[in-house]
Amino acid sequence: MKHFLGRLIIYILLIGGSVIFLVPLFWMLSTALKPIDQSMSMPPTWIPYRIYTMLDGKRTSVKTGETVSAPSLVVKLTETGEKRVVSPAQLVKGCLLTRDRSGEQIQLPATVVKEIPASPEHPWIRVTSEEVMAVIQAGKGDVSLASAWDMVPAETLQKENSARWENFGGAIRALGRQDFTAQELADNWLGWLPASTANKIAQVIYDHMSPRARRAMSLAFVSYLKNTLVLCILTVIGTVFSSALAAYGFARIPWRGRNKVFVIALATMMIPFPVVMVPIYCMFKAAGWIGTLRPLWIGSFVAGAFNVFLLRQFFMTIPKDLSDAARIDGCNEWRIFWQIILPLSRPALMVVGLFQFMGTWNDFLGPLIYLTNQKDFTLALGLQFYQSQQGGTEWHYLMAASTLVVLPIIVLFFFTQKTFIEGISMTGIKG
Amino acid sequence: MTRGEFRTLLTGLAFTSPWLIGFLVFTLYPVGASIYYSFCDYDVLSKPVWIGALNYQDMWTDAVFWKSLKNTFCFAAVALPLGMVFSLLVAVLLNNSVVGRPVFRTNFFLPSLVPAVAIAMLWIWIYNGKFGLLNYGLHLLHIKGPEWLGDPNWTMPAVILTSLWGIGNTVVIYLAALQDVPRELYESAEIDGASSWTKLRHITIPMISPVIYFNLIMGIIGALQVFAGPYIMFGGGGPNRSVLFYAIYIYQNAFEYNQMGYACAMAWILFLIILFLTWVATRSTRKHVYYAGE
Repeated sequence: MKHFLGRLIIYILLIGGSVIFLVPLFWMLSTALKPIDQSMSMPPTWIPYRIYTMLDGKRTSVKTGETVSAPSLVVKLTETGEKRVVSPAQLVKGCLLTRDRSGEQIQLPATVVKEIPASPEHPWIRVTSEEVMAVIQAGKGDVSLASAWDMVPAETLQKENSARWENFGGAIRALGRQDFTAQELADNWLGWLPASTANKIAQVIYDHMSPRARRAMSLAFVSYLKNTLVLCILTVIGTVFSSALAAYGFARIPWRGRNKVFVIALATMMIPFPVVMVPIYCMFKAAGWIGTLRPLWIGSFVAGAFNVFLLRQFFMTIPKDLSDAARIDGCNEWRIFWQIILPLSRPALMVVGLFQFMGTWNDFLGPLIYLTNQKDFTLALGLQFYQSQQGGTEWHYLMAASTLVVLPIIVLFFFTQKTFIEGISMTGIKG
Repeated sequence: MTRGEFRTLLTGLAFTSPWLIGFLVFTLYPVGASIYYSFCDYDVLSKPVWIGALNYQDMWTDAVFWKSLKNTFCFAAVALPLGMVFSLLVAVLLNNSVVGRPVFRTNFFLPSLVPAVAIAMLWIWIYNGKFGLLNYGLHLLHIKGPEWLGDPNWTMPAVILTSLWGIGNTVVIYLAALQDVPRELYESAEIDGASSWTKLRHITIPMISPVIYFNLIMGIIGALQVFAGPYIMFGGGGPNRSVLFYAIYIYQNAFEYNQMGYACAMAWILFLIILFLTWVATRSTRKHVYYAGE
């Protein structure tokens, strides 16, 4: 019995803890899939929904407005075409008695569109088709918010769980747009080619692009994503290659002074980044690289002590006889490294590469220091830029954009879970 | 040195060269330059001007410096012990042979994958005074939640709470260590009639003490350099500079006020603090850390 109780408590704690840890993530996704009014509701809306009703004989998803709980009339002003909900007493001989902005009593010619037999038990509610709302918000079509609504009995409304996947598109557009011309295409995407070639190729590509493709390419999100991926790829290649090389030098070549140098390497890990931050910035500034992506990847091509240390530990576990046998067969060190050690070390290299990818994807301080133009921003910096600009009201877009930044990492985690967990355990235990 | 030894040395240096170059360019030179700048008035635009120890003297009288130091210590002193205890607790729970352990482990680990920017965005939203999830939870308990990010009294708890959400990494490290503890130790303790608490206190904790020590040191280094999360959440130091952390103030001095010399001097003080605390932590735990190999 005591044993059973103990296990029960363990499960309760684990389940409770899991809930606490996962609720924020769920909340992020849930907010990302809501319209703004559901994101700002109290009590909170957990599952995004839509409200449906019959409009013009068609089942339509609508946005709701004011509620009316006394008999009323919907009238249309003859002059402007604007619709209003008024009490029957306000309509006298085809004229609406109302006040203008200065409070003066006026009479406006109006016609009755609909009679609403509402009562406190059977309230009516104002609805606008979401499709129409979208058209109005996009500034397209000649419908106006003042007339494109209807009143329906509240009991005809049906609530249905439904996610707004379109928020992701909305969030991507909300992150902003940049100019996109052949010149920009050459500079931002083909910068690695000689300028004249890049310009020619860019012109050809640009001419063949549809207007739609050009609009897509002008999204700030597209360039953020491109910059982030470019940096991830370069830093992963650079880190894996350079730290494997250096780790091999420390692990498997018995040169004189090796251990002393390795101790220095370990000692450098103690130095906090702020200590070297300013001089490194000044170096890149002297090189004229501030405002380019270069400072963010060049460093990965010279090995960092931590990765060297990790790989060295791994290389040392590979039997020495293997190298000796290869040497007898006439292999030089490079071939032993490249053809024997590297293939055997795939798991460790994966760990280093994976962590570097994560590190680059998540990095904030680096881009914050070195990037000055919005076109060079990474996703992390771009998201922060968006948030600091709009000040935080479009929660649904903010959460949708955050989800887009998180999702690739989570997907990557689920595909490489084993490597991941092993890698973290490795850093903790061998460290 | 024989020819063979010399050749080995050359090959060794050639292979190590990526690290060697990195060491010279991105560590040795910057460290030297940083010491030099810390004794200079330097605004990047003009040449550094030697001013002796003035930067260090200024620090002494700079109220904001002291505030940032106090904030950082406050954060470290609360977030680090809490984080270590909670993550060890979760790891110990997971280490029982529970059904679905990988799932539970993933649940606790997932938040630590989330990029700092997204963490900040999400928690700004959760801490929202009017529509935030946290205040709704408090409302259910009939507590009126504060304006977490606007009230200087509540910004620090908010930052600490957010940091606790990311303990998954440490949980995984502890769990791996716990699984390496030999079963026999527990079995023989059970025969002697040891309680769960006794086993935890006298077997588990001593056996994983090297890992606890490692997490402690990494925790100190990390907590004293906390930057991205609070910087993004507050766009600087927060109301009343209540969450102006040391690293944020270094960043502001370097890149917002163009006081590179002062920033370097502050960074060196940070380094000394880290060294000192690491030394203290090592000294005070030395007797308690058990290495199986020795």
